[in-house]
Amino acid sequence: MSRWIERQRNILDLTLSSLLRRKRKNAALFAAYTLIVFLLASVMFMSHALKREAASILAGSPEMIVQRISAGRHDLIAADAAAKLSELPGVQEARPRLWGYYYDPVTGANFTLVASGEAGLDPGRIAVGEGVARMRLASVGDSIEFKAHDGSLLELEVGEILPRGSALVSSDLVLVTEADFRRLFGTPAGLATDIVLRVRNARELPTIALKAAEIYPDTRQVLRDDLLRTYQAVFDWRGGLLVIILGGGLLAFIIFSWDKATGLSAEARREIGILKAVGWETSDVILMKSWEGMAVSLTAFLGGVLLAYVHVFLTSGVLFEPVLKGWSVLYPAFRLVPYIDLSQLAALFFLTVLPYTVATVIPTWRAATVDPDQVMR
Amino acid sequence: MLVHASHRRARLAGDTREMTALAGRFGLTDLCLFTEANYTRHPTQADFHTPFLDGPLALDHFPSGSLMTAPAHLRKPHEPMDRTSEKHP
Repeated sequence: MSRWIERQRNILDLTLSSLLRRKRKNAALFAAYTLIVFLLASVMFMSHALKREAASILAGSPEMIVQRISAGRHDLIAADAAAKLSELPGVQEARPRLWGYYYDPVTGANFTLVASGEAGLDPGRIAVGEGVARMRLASVGDSIEFKAHDGSLLELEVGEILPRGSALVSSDLVLVTEADFRRLFGTPAGLATDIVLRVRNARELPTIALKAAEIYPDTRQVLRDDLLRTYQAVFDWRGGLLVIILGGGLLAFIIFSWDKATGLSAEARREIGILKAVGWETSDVILMKSWEGMAVSLTAFLGGVLLAYVHVFLTSGVLFEPVLKGWSVLYPAFRLVPYIDLSQLAALFFLTVLPYTVATVIPTWRAATVDPDQVMR
Repeated sequence: MLVHASHRRARLAGDTREMTALAGRFGLTDLCLFTEANYTRHPTQADFHTPFLDGPLALDHFPSGSLMTAPAHLRKPHEPMDRTSEKHP
């Protein structure tokens, strides 16, 4: 056993010195390899962490939302529909929800305004998310002016800034009282944005949704499962840009492997010829080249994955920020919880390290089976 | 890396709990990731028409629109195709 280990160590020593002889070429190869693994791993880490985080957070969302649709668009619903819906068997609570968007002309950002008695606010006071406070340079006690629907200015005092740790859901939130919301948007009394339902038994949801649709045929019912499925789909590998990034990365690996598999440089051929001439077996040469492929691909894989981890979880995906931000003026300062899917990492390993190592061995085997004299010529 | 991840998960668990509680208290339905348009801020609350609010032929021009697929509940038909309907008067 110790002899076997000694043999592997010697071959690895020779492999590393052979790699060091072609320092520049291997450094360039290593950098490109690491970069591709970094990109693929970053996308995987980020999408998986966001999916897991969405699933945890949305577990607190309402079980059902009933929205009125008029002429194909979301419209206001009668608030008293909540009373009627709460009488449905299995419904624990139904309450009207008032929420909307406010375009802030000062910063050019869009805020989400939510009127909720749960916030325990006095009229004229608001609670804002960290993004709103950051954009408007506001702290507790400051006033923020809002332009109402009739053009008048409504001055509301910041009573609370929502915790920074909750930025992923609350960054652009402005919590107001119902009276201030109606004054700001001119929403008539007796109308609400939609109705949220709390249901005792989740298995009854489809039945309750059907009954709600029967009572109010002009409504649609969005279930909590739909919310969860949406976020699973948004960050699915098949969705949007993710598939382009993954496709690009995989294509780069195919080119890498193809380049390796199609042939060896004259220098590498000569090296194999010399090794054979001094008495190396074909299997030894293949072993050495396998070590070479593994040394490059494994180091690049580990380096790329580590860099991706730092990028996504310690810098909150700073390189992806321009992509995620798009034209948004307000972007939340969130910290992602590092959920790592080991099966995804294993898939990345098999997609990157294995093909490269195999692709290194094939041309070596071809060169090593030819007569050394012919190879060196 | 795995050890660091586990420590960090434990440290940030409070934040996640807080966000779940906020979602419950105020009936929040979406993550605040893309604030550029209403249907990207609340993709789960969007309907078929929101990306085309600027005009029926206006293409979805917000960059985050290309990052996302349509919400799951919008990709299933509203009504069964074999539904018997009343005749138009």
